[in-house]
Amino acid sequence: MSSSKKIRVLVAKPGLDGHDRGAKIVARALRDAGMEVIYTGLRQTPEMVVSAALDEGVHCIGLSILSGAHNALFPKIMELLKEEGIDDVLVVGGGIIPEDDISELKKAGISAIFGPGTPLDEIVEYIKANVKL
Amino acid sequence: MPVTDLVNGVLSGKRRELARLISLIENDDGDASEALSQLYKHTGKAHIIGVTGPPGSGKSSLVTKLTAEFRKRKNTIGIVCVDPSSPFTGGAFLGDRIRMQEHYLDNEVYVRSMGTRGHLGGLARATSGAVRAIDAFGKDIIFVETVGAGQSEVEVIDIAHTVIVTDVPGSGDDIQAIKAGIMEIADIFVVNKMDISGADKKVTEINTMLDLDPREKAWRPPVMLTNSRSGEGVSELADKILEHLQFLNESGQMEQKGLKRSRDELYELMRYKLTQDLYQKLEGKPEYEAAIKKIAARKEDPYSLAERLIAEFLFSESR
Repeated sequence: MSSSKKIRVLVAKPGLDGHDRGAKIVARALRDAGMEVIYTGLRQTPEMVVSAALDEGVHCIGLSILSGAHNALFPKIMELLKEEGIDDVLVVGGGIIPEDDISELKKAGISAIFGPGTPLDEIVEYIKANVKL
Repeated sequence: MPVTDLVNGVLSGKRRELARLISLIENDDGDASEALSQLYKHTGKAHIIGVTGPPGSGKSSLVTKLTAEFRKRKNTIGIVCVDPSSPFTGGAFLGDRIRMQEHYLDNEVYVRSMGTRGHLGGLARATSGAVRAIDAFGKDIIFVETVGAGQSEVEVIDIAHTVIVTDVPGSGDDIQAIKAGIMEIADIFVVNKMDISGADKKVTEINTMLDLDPREKAWRPPVMLTNSRSGEGVSELADKILEHLQFLNESGQMEQKGLKRSRDELYELMRYKLTQDLYQKLEGKPEYEAAIKKIAARKEDPYSLAERLIAEFLFSESR
């Protein structure tokens, strides 16, 4: 295994729901696609997510949320990233997110939302195609 | 980003520049060695503590609790935790950070996860450089957590001043304690999960093993009991770590360690550079490919070809 560039992804669970099966399955798929995946664990505040992303030097942040608080937490995370001057990190989201909310989240800077039933390959390919190494 | 900005960023305590430098080190980027070479004179101040032991023995949780203890004592902390990369895909799931959530928002604690990227020995190739970068960044104490170690992942002794080996009650009998390798590298043994039955037996087994050590030692590794969930025993462990540091300084072993480290590192860097050079010169060359075919067909032997190719490619001026 050479030390060539690897895609580093932070998989984070902001908010108060405890459903991390989806996040873990996506983390596993990204691992199997050759990426280095850092998993934060449950119940992260936006500050915790951004601080972890900063320390770990990740290229992508995957946010998983099932509590319904995405409209508050996702834009807050984007705002904090901006404050830290991080503008080269790809941010994607997943979980239970209604269609109607997606356009606002995209406006806030979330690049893509992957709802339930998204094939894992689609997420892998999207990240590979859009990440800035 | 120019190397000077990177170096200045690290020296002035900017986390983002530190993170960026460590990524460059991991990717074996030319800028990384340039930056590390400029930072070298600012290093050598941190107390580097290695934590190793079998998977699930509580290394990450113990590092978390020790971090909390040393933060109470006003020390600043860096943590590098290594997890294995897949030998098949090169991917990695880096999960040590999950245990460290209580420190996420503490600006005086820097945590970095690392995949081994094919490196054996319990660490990543970049671990040593990352530790050095964090040292220059100004952290007082740097924990290096190895991958879950089996028996022979002992490379952590090359970079740590104090090595903690963790074990848990009920993990094999006294035969395991006699085996060579990881049981020999500890400066401090920790029997974690002390609330599980069999903890005292484990302590006795390790102590019996230490009794049998024929080498005269000025420092006999103490065997400590901890519970990294409740924090029991952690303050005593922190005291013992400082006691070991004091021993290293007073006995002159710190100086010896520094010399050995410098010798090994210089040799390793030269070896690495030579092999990289050799690889670059050989890669894709028809002579190289032809040699491989000849060896496979038993027309030539690999022993003499190795000598010939080295002489021809590495040491000849014309190439």
